[in-house]
Amino acid sequence: MKSLIPALLLIFCLAVVSLFVGVSDVSLWSVLNGTADQRQVMILLASRVPRTIALLLAGSGIAIAGMILQMLARNRFVEPSTTGTVESAGLGMLVVLLLAPDMPVMAKMLVAAVFALAGTGMFLAVLRAIPLRSVLMVPLVGIMLGGMISAVTTFFAYRFDLFQSMGAWANGDFSAVLRGRYETLWVAFALTIAAYIAADRFTVAGMGEEFSTNLGLNYRRIMAIGLVIVSMVTASVVVTAGVVPFLGLIVPNIVSMAMGDNLRKSLPWIGICGAGLILACDIVGRTINAPFEIPVGTVLGIIGSLFFLYLLLRRQSRVA
Amino acid sequence: MIGISGVSKSYGQTVVIDDVSLTLPKGGLTSIIGPNGAGKSTLMSMIARLLPIDRGTVMVDGLDVALTAGDALAKRLSILRQDNHLAARLTVSDLVSFGRYPYSKGRLTDEDRGHIERALTYLGLDELKHRFLDELSGGQRQRAFVAMVLAQDTDYMLFDEPLNNLDIRHAVAMMKLLRDAAKDLGKTVVVVLHDINFASCYSDHIVVMRRGRLFRQGVPEEIIREEILIETYETDFKVRDMDGNRIATFY
Repeated sequence: MKSLIPALLLIFCLAVVSLFVGVSDVSLWSVLNGTADQRQVMILLASRVPRTIALLLAGSGIAIAGMILQMLARNRFVEPSTTGTVESAGLGMLVVLLLAPDMPVMAKMLVAAVFALAGTGMFLAVLRAIPLRSVLMVPLVGIMLGGMISAVTTFFAYRFDLFQSMGAWANGDFSAVLRGRYETLWVAFALTIAAYIAADRFTVAGMGEEFSTNLGLNYRRIMAIGLVIVSMVTASVVVTAGVVPFLGLIVPNIVSMAMGDNLRKSLPWIGICGAGLILACDIVGRTINAPFEIPVGTVLGIIGSLFFLYLLLRRQSRVA
Repeated sequence: MIGISGVSKSYGQTVVIDDVSLTLPKGGLTSIIGPNGAGKSTLMSMIARLLPIDRGTVMVDGLDVALTAGDALAKRLSILRQDNHLAARLTVSDLVSFGRYPYSKGRLTDEDRGHIERALTYLGLDELKHRFLDELSGGQRQRAFVAMVLAQDTDYMLFDEPLNNLDIRHAVAMMKLLRDAAKDLGKTVVVVLHDINFASCYSDHIVVMRRGRLFRQGVPEEIIREEILIETYETDFKVRDMDGNRIATFY
């Protein structure tokens, strides 16, 4: 646990950098010695601080949701965007836009979460019904399911002229996060704490139904709890910032390589690394082509797909 | 004592277990043998409530396994199935610690740690305890799973083909260990075995299953007989006495 402290310090430094990177000139020094004018303080409090907090919460939440999903599906290659979870949350958002566009954010998030829950449940039901011989088939099935769901979303979005609104969440972007528009992410944070409290159960669930039953654990109940956590976390991130791809895949796999999957030990690391990676990617996206921004979803997509390839190739060479 | 009465199981039209009634004595090592598809593993899974029972009841020390709370039963009866594939990447000592889950729910006490250390030592895993399971050989991994079951410290321990993946040396060591656990620790050990001679040499009691039914049961001398084995396996057998053990050959 002690070694977590340097990691937390690193996150803190990244967060400070994130606070002072941007088009408007707000420097750490001017804030500290009180020379910052009112406009600068306003930018800091209304935009930069919410954005940084949102990144931290979303990053740790998605990474932990990815890990839990990997335990529930008993497959290392799944994460919310390869199981139909994200696409289902998107469909839920479309339904809200069509039927009740004036709903408060929290209610939107809940509707998206219910859809995400149904989609992920469907994915796990498919896995149960068709025992797949190859571990690589599992994310492929999930991606296909996600494709079908997003095809439905696209069709209705096109018919009802909501294409632009739906396009906004398809690529995760934290530039529009402002005070008052990110607070649902605290729900995700509360759920990740709940996940940590139940960490041992998820590790046991990762050993399979028979192991869980032997150890006296109600497998169905822990599956249900895990699904609710994954769906709510995913939905809150999708509603706030859009799809953050690959994060839930990369971080759990790296942490697993380094320290294994005893979640009691590894979940804090997964949370911290998730927050750190998304912060770093967001900072890169903001600076590489300044004053324009590259959405964090794009940066993560590039890094994540390369890492996914690495994972696949590593597996191949191990088998051979 | 495990009391099995009128237990049946079918998948669609196929009857896998057909009205089996049987009492497994408390203490000692009981082997369940029989040809493929005889229902050995299915019966064992139903005893350990891994599979729902269609008809009939299984009682463990007076507790109905279908009605007893899962965590209460986990302190009395444990099972290790074959082909244990874990998605979680765990160290040997992590895995064995989870054997204490029914007692500690994840918060290990000193008593739990004692059980874990003893189980690791008993299986000769002290050197390997910080290694990850995916870095071990099949035999070492099997020993780690058995250590977990031992740490669970239940009166009844069920093993479904525990000799799978083990070479001769380790298979003999495993059977000795299971027999000693029954004798020294006062456990009731039930194993599904494919190797008749292991069953013959190490069991106190043998149960023979055939076509989903209980075919014979008794002490090894009553069961390891040519006429019974020939009828069970539909193969020619010769049975010889060697150093006080009954050895069956079928080659």
